[in-house]
Amino acid sequence: MLLKLILRNALRHQLRTTLTVVGLVVAVLAYGLLQTVIEAWYAGAQAASNARLITRNAISLVFPLPVSYEARIRGVEGVATVARSSWFVGIYQDPRKFFAQFAVSDNYLDLYPEFVLREAERQAWQRDRKGCLVGRQLADLYGFKVGDVLPLRGTIFPGTWEFVVRGIFDGSDSSKITRHMLFHWDYLNETLRKTAKPRMDQVGIYIVGIAHPESAPAIARAIDSTFRNSLAETLTETEQAFQLGFIAMSNEIIAAIRIVSYVVILIIMAVMANTMAMSARERTAEYATLKTLGFTPRYVAVLIVGESLAICAVGGALALLATPLAAELFKHFAGTYFPVFKVSTLTFWLQAACAVAVAVAAAVVPALRASRVRIVEGLRAIG
Amino acid sequence: MASTEAMSPIVEIRNVTKAYRRGGQIVPVLTDITLDIHAGEFTALMGPSGSGKSTLLNLIAGIDRPDAGELRVDGLDVTALGETELADWRASHIGFIFQFYNLMPVLTAFENVELPLMLTPLSRAERRERVELTLAMVGLTDRQEHYPSELSGGQQQRVAIARAIVSDPTLIMADEPTGDLDRVSAGDVLGFMRRLNDEVGKTIIMVTHDAQAAKMARRILHLEKGVLTNGER
Ligand SMILES: Nc1ncnc2c1ncn2[C@@H]1O[C@H](COP(=O)(O)OP(=O)(O)OP(=O)(O)O)[C@@H](O)[C@H]1O
Ligand SMILES: [Mg+2]
Repeated sequence: MLLKLILRNALRHQLRTTLTVVGLVVAVLAYGLLQTVIEAWYAGAQAASNARLITRNAISLVFPLPVSYEARIRGVEGVATVARSSWFVGIYQDPRKFFAQFAVSDNYLDLYPEFVLREAERQAWQRDRKGCLVGRQLADLYGFKVGDVLPLRGTIFPGTWEFVVRGIFDGSDSSKITRHMLFHWDYLNETLRKTAKPRMDQVGIYIVGIAHPESAPAIARAIDSTFRNSLAETLTETEQAFQLGFIAMSNEIIAAIRIVSYVVILIIMAVMANTMAMSARERTAEYATLKTLGFTPRYVAVLIVGESLAICAVGGALALLATPLAAELFKHFAGTYFPVFKVSTLTFWLQAACAVAVAVAAAVVPALRASRVRIVEGLRAIG
Repeated sequence: MASTEAMSPIVEIRNVTKAYRRGGQIVPVLTDITLDIHAGEFTALMGPSGSGKSTLLNLIAGIDRPDAGELRVDGLDVTALGETELADWRASHIGFIFQFYNLMPVLTAFENVELPLMLTPLSRAERRERVELTLAMVGLTDRQEHYPSELSGGQQQRVAIARAIVSDPTLIMADEPTGDLDRVSAGDVLGFMRRLNDEVGKTIIMVTHDAQAAKMARRILHLEKGVLTNGER
């Protein structure tokens, strides 16, 4: 009977309930998408490893470091491996077909267990000076196959460069982004010896593998102090910090998105509260009648909270169903900015929690008022 | 009559006073009411508008509290009960009939009558049996599944009566039960209440403006500006 009353009351004003449900769906959906945008933004940083340090030029990322630093970094206590990596910034066919290319040392992949390469392909790459490796997502995008020639027009390193695809690496799971290309740093350096001698023997960043992630801060300090007062001072940080630094400038945007996502929920709370207040006010006499029959004030409060929960459950459930679909659409149109755009379980539960919070917050005041109003006052509220 | 007099009254009201505060001003509504009502009586409470009839009825029904005085129903001091105890007490002792029926619009006639039984330990089957019996008593067997909006005023009031009596309460309280009805429907409703008193011996207290209606009662009380005048018969 309680359930009957709750459900039928909820359906009493069909237009009002429908509009409220639509509002709820939009709000909870928007909240979920905004949360997913934020998560996608941080996804790169979250995927970053704490077992890797990045050593770069302290002045700016665009200035390189001497190759001679490699041996000295390797000498720092706690350092297990050191790999070289330089941005190449070449153009494939036309500038819109942008993807990242790195000139790396042969041991680079040892530091990235999240990229999986067949042993045979790895050996083939190592044998071929002009060989390159491409990520699976990139290969799928442009149809690269092993043995293909991949021509790039250099920008910071002039000339036309031709690489031969020797292997395709996969992500260890679906969240890993494999949209980049790797080739031999040695090949880059040899070519520069002939074409641009002053720019040879330079490394964009060093990737430093460490055995104990917990000693990362100490190792980073040790590396940086090794090069203090040298020509090129270094800045070493964990890969995660490095990535976050990349998006630090976007922090204000992220904060704004986060605020908007909660404002949306606050607005729907107000709308829902209004709906519940109107309904409860109209039914003042009915609630008083129930109390006259011997139902307790608590029963009346449960009726109102239950009705609010029922409406929010429908709105919330529809939104939860719609969110993955909307996320797919969003990805379709904005996928290049967010390679990983998936609604997380956390977001799912946050959305559900929001719907429940809206229901409870909206019902509290009407429920308290209806349960407290004196019976005689309530009965007089008849039209 | 002698036998009824000998029994202790079912409602004992001693020096009850009630006032309302309105804008800092205190408006006396009931002044020093003393009254006994015996089991099996059908009492009509008459008086001009604003004389305090509803207020007195509400006090006896336990949906309002007196400012001073004693109020005992079936030997129990109702004024001493807490909010929840009072609600429980109302559920088992009071059947209330309103002028405007006050049915739940989202519940069918059957469900409206079943409502008070939800507060009893009766099983589903027992409830069904009782509700059907009670609806048959008020002649609405064929309207069980109708919603209040699909019933005439007279039919709605009969559903309300069924709701008031279904849990077999000690007292039936009616506040102008015919006030919103046409002559014929009013006659039906009054006739039914009279039978309830005659045949089942229910104690009924009914507020009414209508002299015709009051004639159905065995005892008429007059209330004037919050004071009982001795218009008893
Ligand atoms: N909640 C309240 N607040 C203030 N005054 C009230 C309240 N309830 C009743 N009154 C006042 O108490 C007086 C008696 O009211 P009551 O409803 O008992 O009269 P009544 O005899 O039932 O009148 P009617 O025949 O019009 O129903 C009236 O003057 C009314 O204005
Ligand atoms: Mg009245």
